[in-house]
Amino acid sequence: MKRIGRFTLLTENRPYIETFAAVAGKREHEGPLGHEFDYCYDDTTLGEDSWEKSESRLQTEAVQRALQKGGLANEDIHYIFAGDLLNQCISSTFGLRSLQIPFLGQFGACSTMCQTLAMATVFVESGAADRALAVTSSHFCSAERQFRFPLEYGGQRPPTSQWTVTASGAAVVSQWGNTTKLSTAPVETVENYPVISAVTVGRIADLGVKDANNMGAAMAPAAAQTLVDFFSDTKTVPTDYDLILTGDLGQVGTKLLGELLEPYDICLGNLHQDCGNLIFDPKKQDVHAGGSGCGCAASVFCSKILREIQQGVYRNVLFMATGALMSPTSSQQGESIPSIAHLIHVTAQH
Amino acid sequence: MKHVSADGAQVIKIPQEQYDQMVKKASPASTCVKNAIMAFLFGGGICAFGQLLFWAYEQAGLRETDARTAVSITLIGITAVLTALKVFDNIAKVAGAGTIVPITGFANSMVSPAMEFKSEGFVLGMGAKMFVIAGPVLVYGIAASMIYGLIMFIIRMFV
Repeated sequence: MKRIGRFTLLTENRPYIETFAAVAGKREHEGPLGHEFDYCYDDTTLGEDSWEKSESRLQTEAVQRALQKGGLANEDIHYIFAGDLLNQCISSTFGLRSLQIPFLGQFGACSTMCQTLAMATVFVESGAADRALAVTSSHFCSAERQFRFPLEYGGQRPPTSQWTVTASGAAVVSQWGNTTKLSTAPVETVENYPVISAVTVGRIADLGVKDANNMGAAMAPAAAQTLVDFFSDTKTVPTDYDLILTGDLGQVGTKLLGELLEPYDICLGNLHQDCGNLIFDPKKQDVHAGGSGCGCAASVFCSKILREIQQGVYRNVLFMATGALMSPTSSQQGESIPSIAHLIHVTAQH
Repeated sequence: MKHVSADGAQVIKIPQEQYDQMVKKASPASTCVKNAIMAFLFGGGICAFGQLLFWAYEQAGLRETDARTAVSITLIGITAVLTALKVFDNIAKVAGAGTIVPITGFANSMVSPAMEFKSEGFVLGMGAKMFVIAGPVLVYGIAASMIYGLIMFIIRMFV
């Protein structure tokens, strides 16, 4: 692994995403990407008696499906990096407790998918792990009760608010030439392998936004910061890539990201897409400024995007999940919202 | 405006007022006129319905003060049932202040946390969290009425 510039790590052994899976809830099923997910639960409770358990189940399912698709057993995974939005990351710890895989919990709010992928990449690249799994989840109902109001409370959501996605995404980062415990399992052959070529860990940015109902505005500066860092470290420009995918900036954050990058002569144009804008149909689904939550970036990336990289639709993708690092306590105390964005560069290898 | 830190890294840094302006411009505004009209229609509708109930209770032979209390009880009861049936929040999404301001809003703010936090048990969940939204209304409502009562008491000593 080689460091270029101050912020970017280039991989030399070209760790790749061997297998991945995403599961989602009802509203996500009804959205434009509904057919992309491995499985959708039209019962938002997933048959559990608390929302926390429902979210844990999402993570369990995403991991199991990813392993199954890759023909992998639990023992094939050396480390699991997992995180979610709930206090003390209980969706991850409860959802993954029976797996018997060494576990490292991560918190990066909605940026967690890139954070866990970055950790998995560094572990695999360094030789510390043959395979490492990255997984995150979010659930609308568990997030509402922790961050906002009870589900049945009759309030109005402001137009800048975003809808927490009920979903989970998991991806296994692997070294080349690995063998598996279950060698008889069918492994799908793909045309292109998604290789993680670079990782940029973000810095915390805060331009003083205090409105927890406008997280896109709070996170846009972090996204802009990480992109500026990555482009200046790698001496590349947006047109060198076919897709620049942000996590959950939503409509407001997307607009602001473009404006913040203007002074740096960085124009993302049509190359930029945002998972929060992709996952729901803003006209038909009542989600205001778009989707959010760890599961938003995770489920979009670990379904449509990785599949399209395998199919050769995209060959050069920047995936950057963004997170708002506030808590209900800090918001009540009138603090502004520190934000972060981590970036991974994925290339297709034939 | 570009900022460069000592080690040469660029820093996204713009004055907070300037970013606030950008955020304001990028954020869609609440649909104030539509919200106000809906609040007027639903809020007015609930009050008119309350008046009808009041007359009905008076017809049934209740005294004026008892009829008023009965109206409140009925509205609270209807709201509690609608909240439990998971219908109320869908009405309130359209009605806004029209359902929050009348006593229906108060009833919903008690029942919805009671339902939500039942998973943490009857004591620390439902019992404790039931007041999480309505609690401040009770605290400041009772405090304000005590102060009002005290002022009235003092005035009455001289008048």
